Amino acid sequence: MSLLSLDAVHSFYGHIHALKGISLEVNEHEIVTLIGSNGAGKSTTLRTISGMIHPQQGRILLEGRDISRMEPHTVALAGLGHVPEGRGIFPKLTVRENLEMGAFTVADPDEIERRLEYGFEVFPRLKERMGQYGGTLSGGEQQMLAIARGLMMNPRLLMLDEPSMGLAPVLVELIFDIIEGLNKKGTTILLVEQNALMALSVAHRGYVLQNGQIVLHDTANNLKQNETVQKAYLGIE
Amino acid sequence: MKRFLKSMNVREMLRPLGQMFLFSLGSTIVLSALMLVLALILDKTIVGQTLFQRLNVSLYTYTLINLPQVAIDGLTIGFVYAAIALGYTMVYGVLEFINFAHSEIFATGAFVGVEILIALEKFGILSGASLAMAYGYLILAIIAGMLAAGALAVTVERVAYRPLRHASRLVPLISAIGVSFLLQDMIRLIESLTTGQYNRIMPTFGNFDHRLLLGKMTLGAAHITLGVSIKSIIVIVSAVLMLVGLNYLVNATKIGKAIRAVAQDPQTASLMGINVNRIISLTFLVGGMLGGAAGVLYALKFTRIDPFVGFFPGLKAFTAAVLGGIGNMTGALLGGIVLGMLETYAGSFMGVFTMGAAGTEYKDIFAFSILILVLIFRPQGLMGEHVAQKA
Repeated sequence: MSLLSLDAVHSFYGHIHALKGISLEVNEHEIVTLIGSNGAGKSTTLRTISGMIHPQQGRILLEGRDISRMEPHTVALAGLGHVPEGRGIFPKLTVRENLEMGAFTVADPDEIERRLEYGFEVFPRLKERMGQYGGTLSGGEQQMLAIARGLMMNPRLLMLDEPSMGLAPVLVELIFDIIEGLNKKGTTILLVEQNALMALSVAHRGYVLQNGQIVLHDTANNLKQNETVQKAYLGIE
Repeated sequence: MKRFLKSMNVREMLRPLGQMFLFSLGSTIVLSALMLVLALILDKTIVGQTLFQRLNVSLYTYTLINLPQVAIDGLTIGFVYAAIALGYTMVYGVLEFINFAHSEIFATGAFVGVEILIALEKFGILSGASLAMAYGYLILAIIAGMLAAGALAVTVERVAYRPLRHASRLVPLISAIGVSFLLQDMIRLIESLTTGQYNRIMPTFGNFDHRLLLGKMTLGAAHITLGVSIKSIIVIVSAVLMLVGLNYLVNATKIGKAIRAVAQDPQTASLMGINVNRIISLTFLVGGMLGGAAGVLYALKFTRIDPFVGFFPGLKAFTAAVLGGIGNMTGALLGGIVLGMLETYAGSFMGVFTMGAAGTEYKDIFAFSILILVLIFRPQGLMGEHVAQKA
C-alpha cells in the first residue's frame, strides 16, 4: 500500500477547474516530484492534499485513511507536513518559536527539544539565528526554517512547494542536498518544483502536470531522457 | 538549560511591569508639566486674577495642589481603559476586525458582578462580612463577571462573526454594531424583567471607600493632602495583575505563541496542526474575560451602572487601542494609560482654566480629538508599524 494516493481528484480554485482528475501515488521512502509549467496545478495539488482546498470529486488516502474531507489541522495531525509556497514563515515569531509551532501537536517538551536539536543539526545556520525574528532572515535562511519547521512535525510525508524559488544557485544546490539527505534518513517527500532539472536529479519518480492533468509519469531517469520533457521543461532542444 | 528558561520566563513576566511604570510615569510628568506651564501663563491673565480674588491662591499653586490626586485618578481610569483596549486589540490582531460589541461584553461583566454582590447583600451576607470575606466576595464577583463576559464573547463570535469570516471586511463590522445594540437591549430587558429596573448600584461593603492618606504637605498658604481610595488601588492592582498574566500567556506559553502565529498567518498556522477556529474562540474568550473584569472594576470605581455603561468606556478604549497601534498589545496598554490620564487632567483643570465656561463634562472632546488626529497623522498608532496588506 502506498503512503499517499490520489484517485481521480478534481479541484476548483475559485471558479477555475484546476485539477481535472489527478491520480498519483507516493510510496514510503521515495522522493516524488511534480513538474509542470506555471498554472499547471502543482500547488493546487498540494493544497488539495493538505485540506486547504476540498476536492469536488475523488479520494485522497494517507496510509489508507481518507483525508479528502479533513480540515488542514487534522490533516497535519494525520501525519502530513506541508511547506507552502512562499515559505509561510511567521515574521514576528523568533526562529525558535517558528520551529516550536511546527511541533505544536507534540505535547512532550523533551520530545520537542530533541526535534529542535535535530533541526539545528541539519541546519546549523538556524541555531545561530535562534532568537531572531523570522521576518529578518534572508530568503535562503527562511527556506531552511520552513523545511526545518516542517520536520518538527515529524511527518509521515513532507510536501515541499517550490523550495528553490527566489534562491541563488548556490543555495538551491544546498537546499537540494539537504532534501536528499533527509530522504536518506527516511523522510518521504513529495516535491513540487519549477526547476525540473534539479527536481529530477534528486527524485526517484516524477509526474508531469499540464492543465490540471497528469500527462506523463515515469522514473526520474526516464523523464530526464524523455524528449518532450527535455523540450518543455529542461530547456534542452 | 532549564534554569535559564525559567529565568527567561520571569523576565518575560516582569517586562510589562516596567513598561506600565514607564508609561504611567511618562504621561504623569508630561501632562503635569503641561498643566503647570498653562497655569503659569494663565496666572497673568484674568483667569488667574479671578481665581486669586475668589480663593486667595494663585492658579499655579492651585494646579500644583491638585496634580497628585488627578494623576492617581487618571491612572485608575487609564488601567481600566487599557484592560478593555486589550480586548479590541487582541481580536483585531487575529481577525483584523473591530469587535464593536466589546462595549457590551464589558457591560455584561459589570452587570453580572454587580448583581452577584446585590444578591449577596440582599441575603445579608455582605453587611456582616469580615474584611477578608469582603475581598473574597469582590474577587468572586470579578471572576463571575469575567466568566460571563468571556462566554458571551465566544458565543457572539460563533454566532455573529464566524459565518461572515469570508465576507468582505465591512460585513462583520456591521454585524458587530448590530450585536452591540442587541446586547444593550437584552441587558435592559433581562434587568427590567428580573429586577424591575435597569440602573443598578454597586453595594457598599468592605473598606473599599476608605481613603488612604499618603502624605500631607504645606505649600505657602495651601495644604496639600494626597490620598488614594482603596478602590482605586484595587482597580490598579487588579488591572496590573491581569495585564502581567496576559503578557505571560501571549508571549511565554505555547497557546500564546499559537495565538500570535494565527494572527500573522492563519493558513500556515493551520498547516502546523493548529485549529485556527479554536484559537480565534480562545482569543475572544481572553479578550472577553479582560473586558468583563474591567466592567466589574469600573462598577466598583463609579458605583452606578446601566445597560449603556459600556458605550463610552468602549469607544474610549477603542481610541486607546488605535492610539497605541491597533493589534499591538503594548500599544493598547500605553494608549489606555495615556488616554485615561489625558482625559482626567483635561477634565480636572478645564473648569478653572476656562473660568467655568467649559467644565469636566467636555473632557470627551480630548479623547475623540485624539482619535481623529491619530487616524490622520499616524494611522499605525504610537507603537504600531505599517502593516503590509495581507494577500
